[in-house]
Amino acid sequence: MAGTLAEKVWDAHLVRRGTDGSPDLLYIDLHLVHEVTSPQAFEGLRLAGRPVRRPDLTIATEDHNTPTLNIDRPIADLTSRTQIDTLRNNAKEFGVRIHSLGDADQGIVHVVGPQLGLTMPGLTVVCGDSHTSTHGAFGALAFGIGTSEVEHVLATQTLPLQPFKTMAININGDLPQGSTAKDIILAIIAKIGTGGGQGYVLEYRGEAIRKLSMEGRMTICNMSIEAGARAGMIAPDETTFNYLKGRPHAPEGADWDAAVEYWKTLKTDDDAVFDAVVDLEAKDIEPFVTWGTNPGQGLPLSGNVPVPAEIADENDRIAAERAIEYMGLTPGAPLRDIKVDTVFIGSCTNGRIEDLRAVVDVIKGKKKHDDVRVLVVPGSARVRLQAEAEGLDKVFLDFGAEWRNAGCSMCLGMNPDQLKPGERAASTSNRNFEGRQGKGGRTHLVSPLVAAATAIRGTLSSPADLANDEALANA
Amino acid sequence: MEKFIKHTGVGVPLRRSNVDTDQIIPAVYLKRVTRTGFEDALFSAWRNDPEFVLNQDAYKTGSVLVAGPDFGTGSSREHAVWALKDYGFRVVLSSRFADIFRGNSGKQGLVAGVVAPEDIELLWKVLETNPGTEVTVDLESRTAHAGDVTVQFQIDDYTRWRLMEGLDDIGLTLQNESDIAEYEAHRASWRPKTLPAKHEPSVHIEAARPVDGSDD
Repeated sequence: MAGTLAEKVWDAHLVRRGTDGSPDLLYIDLHLVHEVTSPQAFEGLRLAGRPVRRPDLTIATEDHNTPTLNIDRPIADLTSRTQIDTLRNNAKEFGVRIHSLGDADQGIVHVVGPQLGLTMPGLTVVCGDSHTSTHGAFGALAFGIGTSEVEHVLATQTLPLQPFKTMAININGDLPQGSTAKDIILAIIAKIGTGGGQGYVLEYRGEAIRKLSMEGRMTICNMSIEAGARAGMIAPDETTFNYLKGRPHAPEGADWDAAVEYWKTLKTDDDAVFDAVVDLEAKDIEPFVTWGTNPGQGLPLSGNVPVPAEIADENDRIAAERAIEYMGLTPGAPLRDIKVDTVFIGSCTNGRIEDLRAVVDVIKGKKKHDDVRVLVVPGSARVRLQAEAEGLDKVFLDFGAEWRNAGCSMCLGMNPDQLKPGERAASTSNRNFEGRQGKGGRTHLVSPLVAAATAIRGTLSSPADLANDEALANA
Repeated sequence: MEKFIKHTGVGVPLRRSNVDTDQIIPAVYLKRVTRTGFEDALFSAWRNDPEFVLNQDAYKTGSVLVAGPDFGTGSSREHAVWALKDYGFRVVLSSRFADIFRGNSGKQGLVAGVVAPEDIELLWKVLETNPGTEVTVDLESRTAHAGDVTVQFQIDDYTRWRLMEGLDDIGLTLQNESDIAEYEAHRASWRPKTLPAKHEPSVHIEAARPVDGSDD
């Protein structure tokens, strides 16, 4: 029977098909664990006297709480330290592999899985973190779960799940120069809204997607949750196989051949039917920024802050009024005139090596704007090492940026890296919610290229603006 | 888990859409390692505003939250459900919930009922006109009743059954132990295992220091 990619992966993991409205029971191939959403799950196991069923399909890292400075010293924040100590103790007690702060494989859980070669096509991947959708870039069915489900997977290596609907998102044609994967996903969310993907697994398709690197594909799948979808997927291809080959946990020898043969079948059949289809023309996708307080409140950088009075839908109008007030913006003002205080480069959305290289291409030989603080936080310790091997750290330091240790950092401000009240950031992260990056902080979501240009000009900008500045200066 | 059949309590009108989980409970409260004691964290940023609905005497003891569309978007944190429950909420009604939040609710005995947008509006009017009005939520008939308004809500059959029976998911799943073992016996050898651990050579990671030369 014809099937979509998501349905094929689902069916391959059926332990038991549900009957009479009860959910299907699905096997979980890989369970990623971090310190914030796991303590109560391990506590639940302990209280029930249950072991972790498959420690060999489970891996933990420390990321949300970890400081990005002085990582060789005890963590200053006592509650953060307790939470990390709790994870270390739980990992030890239950026999779970852990990569702790200071370890070369520590980092954001969604950066670590792929770089170790644990994330592969055709897997089911879960984690107590909504950005688990990132791993869908490999053609895995990957989604965030709550702490009760974390406990459930630890105890049973399965999850009871109601089937998802499927949505195709076609990005047709070629992306213009200067537009990136981040701009694609921000444009998608602006089009379908923060609830548009609810109940669906999204499959990103089309030429523009096929031409993206694995890093770009991860950026897109990462933010599926911002469109309301628990999971986003991209069918695996040669780009995927080349990324995986030779990674520490990638299959070898006959296993590799068998895996690739299977992975090649993981695509939506030509006659399969999606429950919904959305089309976007890649040529229309410009550098995109958010102006409001949810990721759907975004516009091309060339646009203006919306005028609420012009918004017909009452809920949207009220939301826009509230967002514009919180963000301290003027309706109708050009987005390019918005001055920022901080530029944050990092997160599971844009904290991989390719993202850092893209920033360096823009800033090399330049200095940051005097009024802007620039924070560069690699997604993992390995990304930091790779960047240092390529000399990228020197470029960041010469530019005037801070070069930090790995972690989630200012994406959600659980560690000391936070915005102050009223402070405004251009951030390569994934959420612009009120107070997300620090109480009273204001967030504009941007691509690494826009972040880099903004750090130079001090106002929301793209590399094209830098080129215009240079042309004017030379005229 | 405690059984849920019917509940009557003060209704709280929350006239906001896109109430994300960062608003329900900011990340700073997620550092705790316990499962209870999150009542102070609920809507913490808004609780400073005297005008906020939960700061008004009539609504303070609320246990049925009636919210705008797209409630519970964003992060997967189950702490959002714990905070609502710890405060005293037993039910949230909205015209649309984020998937993960809805799933988390069902596992913790919080009823997340989907109500048509026009019915949410009717409930809001009742609760705003007569602050302190009680709402009766009947899971059996899937109805919510306040003043002279009765509305239907949707909740999937399986979640409803589990809530009404007060059943624990893990116990239910472990009844399928033989099916799980059978599946595991046929798992392809290329599928990854985290143990024994494989990785690139371990190397020392330099600690970054503050740029201003300070020691903290």
